[in-house]
Amino acid sequence: MLADIIQFDFLRNTFLTGIIVGIIAPLLGTFIIVRRLSLIADALSHVTLAGIAFGLLLEKKYMVTLSPLYSGMAFSVMGSIFIEKLRRVYQAYQELAIPIILSGGVGLSVIFISLADGFNTDLFNYLFGSVSAVSKNDFLMITGISIVIMIVITLFYKELFSLSFDEEHATVSGIHAKWIHLLFIVLTALVIAVSIRIVGVLLVSALMTLPVAASMRIAKGFKQMIGFSIAFGEIAVIIGLISGYYFSIPPGGTIVMVAIIILLLSISVKRITFRTQRKRDRK
Amino acid sequence: MITMKDVSFHYENKDVLKNINFEIPRGAFMGLVGPNGGGKTTLIKLILGLLKPDKGDIFLFGEPIHKFKAWNKIGFVSQKSNSFNKGFPATVYEVVSMGLTAKIGYFKFPTKRHKQKVLHAIDQVGMKEYTYENIGNLSGGQQQRVFIARSLVSEPELLILDEPTVGVDYENVQRFYELLHDLNTKKNITLLLVTHDTGTMTEYATDIVCLNQTLHFHGDPEAYCSLSETELSKFYGHPVNLVTHEH
Ligand SMILES: Nc1ncnc2c1ncn2[C@@H]1O[C@H](COP(=O)(O)OP(=O)(O)OP(=O)(O)O)[C@@H](O)[C@H]1O
Ligand SMILES: [Mg+2]
Repeated sequence: MLADIIQFDFLRNTFLTGIIVGIIAPLLGTFIIVRRLSLIADALSHVTLAGIAFGLLLEKKYMVTLSPLYSGMAFSVMGSIFIEKLRRVYQAYQELAIPIILSGGVGLSVIFISLADGFNTDLFNYLFGSVSAVSKNDFLMITGISIVIMIVITLFYKELFSLSFDEEHATVSGIHAKWIHLLFIVLTALVIAVSIRIVGVLLVSALMTLPVAASMRIAKGFKQMIGFSIAFGEIAVIIGLISGYYFSIPPGGTIVMVAIIILLLSISVKRITFRTQRKRDRK
Repeated sequence: MITMKDVSFHYENKDVLKNINFEIPRGAFMGLVGPNGGGKTTLIKLILGLLKPDKGDIFLFGEPIHKFKAWNKIGFVSQKSNSFNKGFPATVYEVVSMGLTAKIGYFKFPTKRHKQKVLHAIDQVGMKEYTYENIGNLSGGQQQRVFIARSLVSEPELLILDEPTVGVDYENVQRFYELLHDLNTKKNITLLLVTHDTGTMTEYATDIVCLNQTLHFHGDPEAYCSLSETELSKFYGHPVNLVTHEH
């Protein structure tokens, strides 16, 4: 694999993109999980699918060659702003925004796909990820956006953290909750859009949540949880990409399976340390 | 420090506060009592700007509330503090440091001095040995103290506490009141405390306000304790026995 990575441009692009995605997806995922918004990632990924289908439709019918990644991102960001609006309308039932957006995304996707008389492998790549789909341009764009995302999160870390823990207290102390929420949801939309190249629409939310679920079991404190989540996400992406390449399986599947194995390990590790601790305590 | 002039407020279909006039003088330790649903939490939300009054004016530190910007002068421990997400993986240190978020301001990072303030606030409430424990693993009373540390860390001049001692055992309630008393007398922090635990509160408070839609009583603890039971039951709308602790 190493030799292949050096030799083939497309593999190198994929691999480097994977490493970046392995950082930003779990990073955003930690905030999403503690705010109990795991399903928002799913809703947004389906909206992104609609955007991608729209891009592919333009490409096929009207010969407009703009990377579907851009249209996917545009849809995702619009969807995220819409979610935030809906959450305000249904204050007491904020989770209602999720099925509304999710079904809307799937509905639009179906329409665009059938308008284009169906797509072939391209769409399949977007659904489950691909080791060979990342072009040089995609790679540059994903890197650029990811750097922006990381800078914004670093700058707003304390506000995002305070708001996730206790919205009322944060608001009272003078943080602009409305704007920080919006910023956060737009960041989520961007992360989903750029991660889709690697893990695919259907599994992107898994890469945002599974590593966090695993690190939650063992981490002390929030910063540590972010650290572990990124480490687990990275392991899942790297092993997943390599095995996906060797066995010719879309990497979305292999990455998620590695993440699940990590999750199971972290659960059993916790059990074992708990038991030995009890034994020690008894002595 | 806080002045309310003729403030009224109603939720969609319910009048909650009617023509409230009162003032919290600097340095006071004010106890706010009243029956469930009497409007205590609502009054606090009005002071904090989370709700807007239908009529009347609220002044904070002499400024009309809509012009007031110095929110970090006010610390707040909510009635709901204890219903936070128990699985949230934040250490005591991290929770307390949130009290500084707004004070530090956007685009700035906490410095060494901020870290010392956080450690000091944790120490102040006697939680030093739990500094790096996850908050979810602490007992209810300990968590409550952490939330008080969070509101102390920004060095507020006014501290508002909404039923902070619910679920805290007797001994810790005593220690808690001693802490409040220290803050009030030594650090000169003005306190507004909502509680149903009038017994202990009357020992420490300097002012007592009784609220049930309107202000029924405003005076010092002696006057409150000398109210007859029939007068009290008029405020509460049902018979009450005033519990006092003998010493
Ligand atoms: N968000 C809301 N919407 C509608 N009505 C509300 C709302 N919050 C409170 N109320 C009503 O307003 C009244 C006052 O409530 P409030 O929470 O201020 O009482 P309280 O004095 O704090 O009571 P407690 O001692 O139980 O905390 C209650 O009758 C309650 O039903
Ligand atoms: Mg209340």
